[in-house]
Amino acid sequence: MTNLLATLALALATTQHSPEPAQHAAPAAEHAQPAAATEHAQPHGAAAPAEHGAVAGEHGESHDGSAEHGGGHGEGKETLSDVMLGHVSDGYEIEFPGFCHGGFSFECEVNLKHVFGDSLVLHFGSTTIDLTPTKHLIMLWLASIVLILAFLVSAKNRGLVPRGLYNFLELLVQFVRDEIAVKNIGKEYADRYVPYLCTAFFFILFVNLFGLIPYAATATGNIGVTVALATFTFIITQYTAIKSMGLGGWLKHLTGGVAVWLWPIMIPVEILGLFTKPFALTIRLFANMVAGHIVIMSLLGLIFALGSPLVAVGSVPMALAIFGLELFVAFVQAYIFTMLSSLFIGAGLAHHGHGEEHEEHAHAASGAGSEHHGSHGSHVAGGSPGHG
Amino acid sequence: MTSTALAFLSAGFGAGLAVLGAGLGIGRLAAAALDGTARQPTATGDIRTSMIIAAALIEGVTLFAIVVCVLLAIKA
Repeated sequence: MTNLLATLALALATTQHSPEPAQHAAPAAEHAQPAAATEHAQPHGAAAPAEHGAVAGEHGESHDGSAEHGGGHGEGKETLSDVMLGHVSDGYEIEFPGFCHGGFSFECEVNLKHVFGDSLVLHFGSTTIDLTPTKHLIMLWLASIVLILAFLVSAKNRGLVPRGLYNFLELLVQFVRDEIAVKNIGKEYADRYVPYLCTAFFFILFVNLFGLIPYAATATGNIGVTVALATFTFIITQYTAIKSMGLGGWLKHLTGGVAVWLWPIMIPVEILGLFTKPFALTIRLFANMVAGHIVIMSLLGLIFALGSPLVAVGSVPMALAIFGLELFVAFVQAYIFTMLSSLFIGAGLAHHGHGEEHEEHAHAASGAGSEHHGSHGSHVAGGSPGHG
Repeated sequence: MTSTALAFLSAGFGAGLAVLGAGLGIGRLAAAALDGTARQPTATGDIRTSMIIAAALIEGVTLFAIVVCVLLAIKA
């Protein structure tokens, strides 16, 4: 579904290159076709859109404001694709509703470059490193603060019978430990990696969910953030593999067990293969988050591309439905990242266990792990947090 | 045709083909999942979880192609 609409979004964005977004006779006629076709599937309007309508309305209003803003400048009008890309990419301006320009406005802006000036721009001879915080970085900090606060505040309810928020968070942590860590790493070594896996899961979840709040941005929609997360997984995976196989054994794995004369071909291929997994992790998380937002914005942008407020009758419920899908995808992507990380860690451990003499223990552990698989299978049927 | 036009054209084609691949892949996945659930309704939970994981992975691969198409459409 997301892919279908991502295609539509692409078509929409690419036809918006000319600077007059309101005067598109020919492409508007083309887009009326797919818009009318997609209006056929409309059962979503029935779902109580009261509170969601406020959210989507606010979103649409900020678009309205920025489109007018762009029109009012005159030097070069903002096209739809500019607005869409501006919302999704990183920048130095943070928007929020508040009191500025004398009176309440929905678009107060804070330009972080003006706040920090040159204080965080480091010069090393001829190279400059600009460390001024950007929008995504602020979002990362906010998400971290919310995460830490959530766990600290709820930890007061810890006890034999947990209650409240702690109960829910404990459910999630137990899910990460039992379904993700123990199943993939094995009971014996899972507890070493559960802290990292829980951190990855909750951090990605909170950052993804932050992107759905109006005026906030998805930091995981920044490829730098997802590369960093995948790098952590890569470092931990390779460290685990080296610890369990020894440096020599790990290097031997890189040769793939072929004859010596094939090594010049084999080793670069294997090294490349080492990097495909974190690369896939990066792109999967990044593209899922960005695609969802682009789809929502292009659905709302159809209203402006076609120029008529009537389009909102079909467009806003569809955007709401995609918003719900985005909520689900936020949970699923956090789960997938964590599960794949644990899978890679487990794969690194499974080769020899920790040294040859522990091989039987490792096999017994994975045997016990698959037993747990069976008993936890019915567990999963009840409450899988991965379903959002 | 200029290179810009070719880039836009290929972006559009690429996105369409990516959707085709995702639709076929996830369609088969859903069919298998429904078959399995029909044969053994008690395994619904497990099958549902695996289905969601596999769908997310397939979608991830599709989004590789979408990223390339978006790059083409933007940089052109």
